[in-house]
Amino acid sequence: MPVIAIDGLVKSFGAVRALDGLNLQVETGEVHGFLGPNGSGKSTTIRVLLGLLRGDAGKVRLLDGDPWRDAVALHRRLAYVPGDVNLWPNLSGGEAIDLFGALRGGLDRRRRDELLERFDLDPTKKCRAYSKGNRQKVAIVAAFASDVELYVLDEPTSGLDPLMEAVFQEEVRRLTGNGATVLLSSHVLAEVEALCDRVSIIRAGRTVESGSLSELRHLARTTVTVETVRPLTGVAELPGVHEVRDVDGRVRLEVEPEHLDALLAHLIRFEVRALVSAPPTLEELFLRHYDGADDGRAAVADSGAESAR
Amino acid sequence: MSAFTGTGRLARLALRRDRIKLTAWLLGTPLLGLALASSVIEFYPDEAARLSYADTALTSVVARAFNGPIFNAELGSIVVAEAYLTLTLLAALVSTFAVVRHTRQNEETGRAELLGAAVVGRHALLTAPLLVVVGANVAAALLLGLAFAAAGLPLAGSLAAAGAVGGVGVAFTAVAAVTAQLTVTSRGANALAAATIGVAFLLRAAGDVLGERNGLQLVSAWPSWLSPLGWGNQVRAFGAERWWVLGLPIVLLVGATLAAFGLARRRDLGAGLLSDRRGPARAAAGLLSPSGLLWRLHRGSLVGWSVAVVILGISMGFAADEVNDVIAENPAAADLIAAMGGGVDDLVDAFLAAMLGMFALVIGAYVVQALLRTRADESGGVLEAVLATAVGRVRWLATQVVGAVLGAAVLVLLAGLATGLGYGLAAGDPGRWALHLGGAGLLQLPALLVVAGLVTALLGLVPRWSVSLSWAVLIGFLLLGQLGAALDLPQAVLNLSPYTHVPAVPAVEVTVLPLVLLTAVAGALLAAGLAGFRRRDVPS
Repeated sequence: MPVIAIDGLVKSFGAVRALDGLNLQVETGEVHGFLGPNGSGKSTTIRVLLGLLRGDAGKVRLLDGDPWRDAVALHRRLAYVPGDVNLWPNLSGGEAIDLFGALRGGLDRRRRDELLERFDLDPTKKCRAYSKGNRQKVAIVAAFASDVELYVLDEPTSGLDPLMEAVFQEEVRRLTGNGATVLLSSHVLAEVEALCDRVSIIRAGRTVESGSLSELRHLARTTVTVETVRPLTGVAELPGVHEVRDVDGRVRLEVEPEHLDALLAHLIRFEVRALVSAPPTLEELFLRHYDGADDGRAAVADSGAESAR
Repeated sequence: MSAFTGTGRLARLALRRDRIKLTAWLLGTPLLGLALASSVIEFYPDEAARLSYADTALTSVVARAFNGPIFNAELGSIVVAEAYLTLTLLAALVSTFAVVRHTRQNEETGRAELLGAAVVGRHALLTAPLLVVVGANVAAALLLGLAFAAAGLPLAGSLAAAGAVGGVGVAFTAVAAVTAQLTVTSRGANALAAATIGVAFLLRAAGDVLGERNGLQLVSAWPSWLSPLGWGNQVRAFGAERWWVLGLPIVLLVGATLAAFGLARRRDLGAGLLSDRRGPARAAAGLLSPSGLLWRLHRGSLVGWSVAVVILGISMGFAADEVNDVIAENPAAADLIAAMGGGVDDLVDAFLAAMLGMFALVIGAYVVQALLRTRADESGGVLEAVLATAVGRVRWLATQVVGAVLGAAVLVLLAGLATGLGYGLAAGDPGRWALHLGGAGLLQLPALLVVAGLVTALLGLVPRWSVSLSWAVLIGFLLLGQLGAALDLPQAVLNLSPYTHVPAVPAVEVTVLPLVLLTAVAGALLAAGLAGFRRRDVPS
């Protein structure tokens, strides 16, 4: 049974269609990366999952319940770290942590103190005196000290330094080690690569890719740079080969993984002198989806105009 | 680049941000002045009425404390005595909020950091809002002067009186420029400036109570000269005007601005001079629930309101004892009090009832601001984090409503007790009067329930408009209560305000039906608001 199952979720704000048939499936015990450019609908999706916003259409199941109708019961079983943490300015950090824990249904005092130590957070400071990173730590400690089934983290580390990032990753591993599930929205690709079992990439309110990282890699093209004795011809016509360019007397091209073999068979006929084959980096993988996000937004505006008509 | 580079641009930004607030200020001040002046002129048509007013104003301790000194029995003097406190408090508060909004609030939210990193001089961040607020005070004062003249008062006196009001605004612009340097939060800066206004009021009241009567003229004692509120009186508008006194606020402005620049040089952006104390590392058990949090967040404001209500209540109680002397020779004023107090002949009872009604109106502002905190939490983002915990929406909002209503109950009870105590101390039998009026105060609660219901309904159904509409509705009730009786508005219009339906105890007998109906209306509004809040998007 999936922890989160979203199918064809639609949510409009006035004429703007923020979510346009989004799908998301998160299985028990996994860390699921939730990626997409700014404004693509990640936070809106999370707010629907938390029962804060009501979807216009589509099916949403969370921990086998209805996130809107069963909000209070479900919230006892999950903890949420918002992307932009706002706290009560005149409460101390320790008070805010205890308050969130109590409102959620209790927190583990020993874990709380241990996390404060690990994240190097002074709980006696007033919330208004905290930096962005420290406000985020308050929310992280409050969430991680709760023993729940699901952790919903919306860009939780955007204000943390590299040392704290490492602590964060260890703590997330500890949560999943205890059987919990994590939905992690993040722009920190190294973090996603280190933590996530599977990722979903969304753009303009729609899921464009979903799977394990190796699956995604497999879908992406490999970059091949080759130098041959005889002038290379006929590569551009091969199936699955794209973007053929001459670079300093070498040929650089992109090839889909399943056509790599045919390409190599073609290349050796021209006497290969040097060959570099590079699988796509994570960055390339994401940039391919993030790129042209503007077109995506234009499409959103168009469909919005249509529905307004 | 000088320390003032960018001042012009920032001033235009402030004008753009405040275009609606400034327009309301610039139009509202002369309109209010015109309304107040016209009603006074109507009230004191002949020499005899004016002389009797002047005599009371000079003898009554309460009149001296609240209305300030008078310098002759001309109409203009009476207008100043009657309108000065309202107009100056308004100018002082509006100026304070405007300065803090564009200085400390910018630092608190981080906007100042963005601006400071641009091509903007160190002092431009403070200079620009000061220019705007001082300019607005000058413009509002000019329009107010014209409004007084249009009401038929002499031009020179009108301008002097309006200048006195503008001067108070400028003086508290200066005060706010300094308090904004001291505290870390805009709330703190506003509170500190408001406390200064309170001290200024007490100093002026003391100076005028201790002053010496000289014919129809009151010569204020020295404490009045320590208070910016006192300076405005010392201009002696409509008497032998002393224009040079208008220079005092300007001297204060220059001095305070230089002091604020000095303070700003000595501190980091975003920091204050009064530093934050540390808090506990663990929350006390009492904090760990929606109601515990509510108490923690509202207790400071409730204590402040309680102190103010008790001081005012005791003063009003003392004033009630003088009502018969004050009004005896002024039938128009007697009619007004009788109308406000439920249309009865016993003027003291009518006055006491009218005061309790006034308290209930003002305490409506407590209810509105306490409930609108939910909207601020929603815009700020913290409500989202709370509703993502196991706290249901209805429980959350209902807790806020119960808290606001309980706070209002405490305040109306205190208002009644204090008014009764004050009257009893002056007229005898304080214990019985305190209990009697305490009970009468609680009778105002159904009207406040309706206010709470209205704000809740707005929060649940039209969240984006809830802040402006809530205040607009309350101000509407205030105007109906204040001007309704004076302007002889038709009963159907007066009935729109819940306060109209509260029986004017102690002037009349308690009638249960209107209280039950008000409570029922409040219940319906609350239910609609809670249902709307349960169904709508958060944030929206």
